[in-house]
Amino acid sequence: MEALYAFCVGIMTTCGVYLLLRARTFAVVLGLTLLSYAVNLFLFASGRLKLNGAAVLGQSEQYADPLPQALVLTAIVIGFAMTAFLVILAMRARADLGNDHVDGRFPETPNNNNKQEKN
Amino acid sequence: MAHLPILPLLLPLLMGALLLLPPLANNIKRQRVATLVTMFVLLALSVKLLLTTHDTGTQMYVLGNWHPPFGIVLVADQLSSLLVLLTAVLAFAALLYACAGSDQTGMYFHPLFMFQVLGINGAFLTGDIFNLFVFFEVLLIASYALLVHGGGKQKTQSALHYVILNLIGSSLFLFGLGILYGTVGTLNIADMAVKIAQLHGGEAILAKIGGLLLMLVFGLKAALLPLHFWLPRTYASASAPVAALFAIMTKVGIYSLLRVHTVIFGDHAGDLANIAQPWLWPLAVLTVSAGTLGLLASRSLRLLAANLVVVSAGTLLIAVALQTAEATGAALYYLIHSTLAAGALFLLADLISIQRGKAEDRFVKARSVLQPKLLGSFFFISALALIGLPPLSGFVGKVMLLQATAGQTTTLWVWTVLLGSGLSALIALSRAGTTLFWRTNYPPAHYQLKPNQSNPVTAAHPLQIAAIVWLLLASPLLVVFGGDMTALTASAAQQLHDIDQSVYGLLPPVSGSPAQGAQ
Repeated sequence: MEALYAFCVGIMTTCGVYLLLRARTFAVVLGLTLLSYAVNLFLFASGRLKLNGAAVLGQSEQYADPLPQALVLTAIVIGFAMTAFLVILAMRARADLGNDHVDGRFPETPNNNNKQEKN
Repeated sequence: MAHLPILPLLLPLLMGALLLLPPLANNIKRQRVATLVTMFVLLALSVKLLLTTHDTGTQMYVLGNWHPPFGIVLVADQLSSLLVLLTAVLAFAALLYACAGSDQTGMYFHPLFMFQVLGINGAFLTGDIFNLFVFFEVLLIASYALLVHGGGKQKTQSALHYVILNLIGSSLFLFGLGILYGTVGTLNIADMAVKIAQLHGGEAILAKIGGLLLMLVFGLKAALLPLHFWLPRTYASASAPVAALFAIMTKVGIYSLLRVHTVIFGDHAGDLANIAQPWLWPLAVLTVSAGTLGLLASRSLRLLAANLVVVSAGTLLIAVALQTAEATGAALYYLIHSTLAAGALFLLADLISIQRGKAEDRFVKARSVLQPKLLGSFFFISALALIGLPPLSGFVGKVMLLQATAGQTTTLWVWTVLLGSGLSALIALSRAGTTLFWRTNYPPAHYQLKPNQSNPVTAAHPLQIAAIVWLLLASPLLVVFGGDMTALTASAAQQLHDIDQSVYGLLPPVSGSPAQGAQ
């Protein structure tokens, strides 16, 4: 279970980092979302993975650590609010700057593929 | 007053919420009065908190009466209450300046300002590392909105960088926290400091990764070298009161480095003692060098001020990397001075920019400012303070820092870089001053005779002048009361480095002895 869990978190982090490096606002928003999913799962696992363990004392033989669950809840709420803000900002940037690159302009490449895409 | 440590959080929180409700919402005059009164009360509370912590020792506020290491605590020791007071002084000036009119260029300036102060105070006062993350987010989300306050292309562009970088930083923060919680099983800073020393082998390596991830995040906030590229443009594009308030934001990162890497990963941490040091000091020296180059390359006063923030952040990071009580004490004095002086320069740059019309604050030949004598002397004082020339506080701060680094193996590097940055600040600010005030096309009277221009130049509002004077007064006062101030910063630093006070003093006696607590 641990190996599968770690593999999933790793894949999500990798995809998130890859999308962040795309440097287009929509890809970056998706990348940050994936990264925050990965971090939520990671935080959850920091209390150790346990089957059939309630987070309340006396409900089962083993109990799960309730603190990471509370932390994940906080992290989800904060991550959600931040993503919402970023989406609005990205739309504003698209309107103000005329393109969706995070620098506000496309980097100059020899054949200028990006420029054509913009038009 | 048993509830004193939580009041610097409750007051801006409640006022921020009240400002969104009918009697105050949509009425800018009432909002201004309410926030100014709040900031004034906050100022008084911070002074009281500092005096209390100085006289009767560290104040711990146990939220919900869940005692450490289980519950969340607020810890007001001398370091945090000093920084809360600094925030209040700076924020009061920024607010005063904003009340002269720049708060009307966008919506919700005052509530956001209150939430920003709440976040900064919370980050300084919390004794729980997850709460530090929460307050970081509070101050960040307020700062995102304040940064775009007033709107405009440049602000959107720099806000995009700032928001994305900080969101990535928040993710890394959570990864670091997850690793640390997984290895030490607690989030209370004092408790972590006890438990971290008992880690060995694989657990210690994991905790080291967590600790270095946290250093990365705080480095991003504090503008450590490879992570500082967002800062100049962000600070230069923010509206003046916001930029002035942001002068304390890099210091939040430096405070967190002190709190985490001096208290948790300090000398006593066994296998993990001083893990940040080999990274921190070379990068800090490089940060100062990069900021120095930035100073010489700046093409406008606001960019120059932002690069001065980078230089001062680098200087402080050098002192943090040294990990001695003496260096920390000197750094605290320099921190207070550089925050207030940089805030003043940001406000001044805005006034100059308004009065120079189209040329704004760019270093080009243009018309004279309307009030050359007033603004010129303000500029002169703030430049003296920021360069670190004798009569003002920058000089005292720098001398103390140089003294603290003397005798170490790194002295040669540190002295070269610090003195070099002072020299180039002198060159850059002299060039800025001569261009802005002396290389002018017409005398100022020329413009006063033509009242019907399209872009009328207005004299500085009394509130704006008051705000700048308030900040500039700090510099001579820091020198006049230099003895008391250095005693205060030295004792705050001493308290931070003494683990009997900063760690065991905050835990119940049972888990206080190092022998216990191992599982």
